[in-house]
This record gives sequence, structure tokens and C-alpha cells, in this order.
Amino acid sequence: MNIVITSTGNTTDSKFDLRFGRAAYFCVYNTHDQSTKFIENENAEAQGGAGTKSAEKIIELDVKRVISGDFGPKAKELLDKFKVQMVMLDDGNSTIEAIINKIS
Amino acid sequence: MPRRRRLRKVVAPPGFKGYKPYGHKENNRMVELNYEEYEAIKLADYDILNHEEASKLMGISRATFARIYESARRKIAKALVESSEIKTVFGNAHLDNDWFLCTSCHARFNQPESNTNACPICKTNNIEPIINND
Repeated sequence: MNIVITSTGNTTDSKFDLRFGRAAYFCVYNTHDQSTKFIENENAEAQGGAGTKSAEKIIELDVKRVISGDFGPKAKELLDKFKVQMVMLDDGNSTIEAIINKIS
Repeated sequence: MPRRRRLRKVVAPPGFKGYKPYGHKENNRMVELNYEEYEAIKLADYDILNHEEASKLMGISRATFARIYESARRKIAKALVESSEIKTVFGNAHLDNDWFLCTSCHARFNQPESNTNACPICKTNNIEPIINND
């Protein structure tokens, strides 16, 4: 199963990003082989529709769960439709590695 | 440009994909019943609510509710008279799915395919539903 965690940087030491649509990077974590892959979010600086575009990207990546700080109404709607589980965490100080350790 | 359609809140989707008549002359007729129409029939005729209350539950105006209800009844009548199949389709529904809070790690999450009662982060069962009003 693939899980996406929003990240502020492209290493596992980076801090978790509380924003979904405008997160700097998406960390794709594969629960089978425990690999991580970082994808730059080209919608981070978008004028509008960042949430929708990011949600579309998540759906393309065939992800079953997304971990972020909060989701906008449009992103929520789209992820809901494609049955992607959304998880919201409040702690912006934890690193990607800490979150991966928690969920595995 | 017409005004955008408000999404109609549906508490639970119908527990079936459709209904088929039997003992009739074969035909390929089919009526598509939207989720919101199913919900309207359920609220008005099964839960016996008046249109005012039912429309509030679905997040739409009373007049819109009446319109959806009317269309649902006509579709069902059409299906009965013409002995055609009824198929349920998503329509403009917004499913009122549940959000949960984990009391151990304070993660909030939804359960799109809810079979488990465990928190996706810390795997404990200390979860409680959040009543979400947005």
C-alpha cells in the first residue's frame, strides 16, 4: 500500500508539512518494501486550484492514504470520491521519519 | 451560466445496485435513480419526515427537495408501469461520511472503506466520531 505524507523538504529528516495543496514535497511511502520516494509538488506556488491539482496527482499515484495537516474542501471532496483515506495531524514539528516510524 | 448545483447530502447510499422486474416480456429499459432521489424517498416516505425537515437534513431548500422527491416518484412509477429495471447512480450526492478522532495520538481521519476500528497512525482502538458540520 502507498501512503503519501506531505513534507517540507526532500529527505526523511524534513519536517512534516501541515498544508496539503501547497506542500513543498509529497513523500510516497510504500508499506511493502518500506521505501520512500519524494516528489516535488509543482502546484506549491500555484495561484489557485492547488488543492484540486494535488488531489488529482495523489489519485494518479494510486495512494490509499494521505497524511497532512488539513485538507481544503475541494481536495476533500475529490479524495473522498476516490476513496482515499485522509489523516490529519496537528504536529508540525515532527519529521517524516518520525511519522513513518509511527505508522509502520 | 446556470447556478451551480449544490451537493445533496446523503447519509447512507442505497444498499443495492438496482432492482429488476421478473415475469415480464424481456426489454432493455432502464431507469436511473440518483442517490439523492433514493435519499428523498427514504426521508419522506420511510422516515416519515415532512419536506421542511428532510430538506434541512440534505442541505438543500424545501423547493429543491420537493423537486427531487417528485422526480424520484416519477422515475419509480415509470419503472413499475413500463416494467423496466431501476439502477442507482451517484448523481449530485455528497456522502455524509464519518470523521474520527484518535484520543491517543490526536490524529483525525476518515474511513472511506470502514472495516477496521483502529487509528491509522498508532493502531489503537481509542477512536471516537467527530460531528462535522462543514
